[in-house]
Amino acid sequence: MSGHSTYQPKSGAMKWLERRLPIASLVHSSFVAYPTPRNLNYWWTFGGILSFMLGVQIVTGVVLAMHYTPHVDLAFKSVEGIMRDVNYGWLLRYLHANGAAMFFLAVYIHIFRGMYYGSYKEPREVLWILGVIIYLLMMATGFMGYVLPWGQMSFWAATVITNLFSAIPLVGDTIVTWLWGGYAVGNPTLNRFYSLHYLLPFVIAGVVVLHVWALHVAGQNNPAGIEPKTDKDTVPFTPYATVKDAFFVACFCVLFAWFVFYIPNYLGHADNYIPANPAQTPAEIVPEWYYLPFYAILRSIPNKLLGVTALFSSILILAFLPWLDTSKVRSARYRPLYRQFFWLFVISAIGLGYLGSKPPEGIYVILSRILTLYYFAYFIIVLPLLGFFEKTKPLPHSIAESVLKEGVPLGASAPSSRAKA
Amino acid sequence: MTTVSSADHTRRDFLYVATGAVGAVGAAAVLVPLISQMNPDASTIAAGAPIQVDLSPIADGQIIKVFWRSKPVFIFHRTKHDIELAQKVDVNSLPDPVPDSERVQKGHEQWLVVIGICTHLGCIPLPHQGEFDGWFCPCHGSQYDSAGRIRKGPAPKNLYLPPYKFVSDTKIQIG
Repeated sequence: MSGHSTYQPKSGAMKWLERRLPIASLVHSSFVAYPTPRNLNYWWTFGGILSFMLGVQIVTGVVLAMHYTPHVDLAFKSVEGIMRDVNYGWLLRYLHANGAAMFFLAVYIHIFRGMYYGSYKEPREVLWILGVIIYLLMMATGFMGYVLPWGQMSFWAATVITNLFSAIPLVGDTIVTWLWGGYAVGNPTLNRFYSLHYLLPFVIAGVVVLHVWALHVAGQNNPAGIEPKTDKDTVPFTPYATVKDAFFVACFCVLFAWFVFYIPNYLGHADNYIPANPAQTPAEIVPEWYYLPFYAILRSIPNKLLGVTALFSSILILAFLPWLDTSKVRSARYRPLYRQFFWLFVISAIGLGYLGSKPPEGIYVILSRILTLYYFAYFIIVLPLLGFFEKTKPLPHSIAESVLKEGVPLGASAPSSRAKA
Repeated sequence: MTTVSSADHTRRDFLYVATGAVGAVGAAAVLVPLISQMNPDASTIAAGAPIQVDLSPIADGQIIKVFWRSKPVFIFHRTKHDIELAQKVDVNSLPDPVPDSERVQKGHEQWLVVIGICTHLGCIPLPHQGEFDGWFCPCHGSQYDSAGRIRKGPAPKNLYLPPYKFVSDTKIQIG
């Protein structure tokens, strides 16, 4: 994936393999010798965390599939069987269910990091768009996985989300019937969701390969938002990034384990332990927390077609971010105004999440409308204009200059004799 | 000896285009079964046959729920008050303007038969709730009146009417 390979096979067997399939040198150049900017902070470890979580979800998911039955009469029972009868079934299911939440937590931090440091800007547009595609696939996969236990929330989430497509003029109802495979959400729907829920993670893995490929072609962005110029600006991926990623994956696992072992149902919804009943809608339908901001956007608009359009636009607009942001400076460190608008955006996104969990009435609706307005204004008004009006701070001449003082890391208490050397 | 003439080019181009066209038709033909298999299958369609419902046990003001094509159908035995309320509202003020007379069958004004699925995003509205003595949808707050017409909230349409006819004065056939 990059031309920095200094890999020389030593043993006879590796020399033999190298001539036939140079996979060892590919891994060496991509994940060992690969130069990473020396100023990366811990926000850059979330790519590694996300790869780890994808692995966790695939492993636990494949195992759960050995015990799950995708049929309307048996799905709920088989999930209860996993919880009560299957050896360690409770652990595997809680890992999978909370793993999805952790996966989304990590992806949101990863996305916000990319926005803060301008990682989507030239020449990383394709890298960014591949990321948006991964995120869309994650949302589809997460939604279909949530339907599989066939509880009340599963059933009604499936009903509401598939009905979003009925907003499409003329062909909406035909599309919805096609998605259902019937006249309502039913057994054909459950079966196809199961099939696709098993397929999509591998599609995600495929797009992740493209994402990493694009990353290794363009090189990593960094907190200073300037390109590495000399060898002083970079450190080899191994051990520096590998160890840092591994350390933070371990820290992330502490949080993950806390959810799994202490509050495994905290992020779920009690109604989903009631078997699906097509004759009764639960008193309150709320999606999983990671969809709440978009749910709030949908509900803030009192028109079905416009609401659904706003919902999909709020996600798709991310793909256009590289062109909506007109500023040449990448990192928010050197963009004082952008930084304030960015944090307002984070607050509005989290605020929409909170409002999405509240009933759609009174002050909640008004606040949702204000925050929805800011959400879109950030992309189509603030970012395009800021590039022209903002007075940015001077950029450092090099990455090394931004983190080193006379050859010693900023803040490090090195002996003065070494500093001079 | 031979030079590539423009005639050769044309012949080769024709072969490319013809091959590509046949390939495209083949690919499109393969898509038909792949897409069509997701539509309702024969058994689902067969199970969607008409059903008959006896109306005589439904008390004045009562709303019952029956299932047809796995969709809930509300049958509302409307009181005089409900009918008056539904008839006197200014039709033009409604989001989906339809007079009460088009929501029920002539001579059977006390019977309202509607598909019990909110036209917003498919939840089942709760009977006898909301401000209009009709239905209230718990999902996103849509409110329907005693003729099943949308009055308030995000739903764009009135509750849909299923095809039905009166077999006798106290029996209907839905479907």
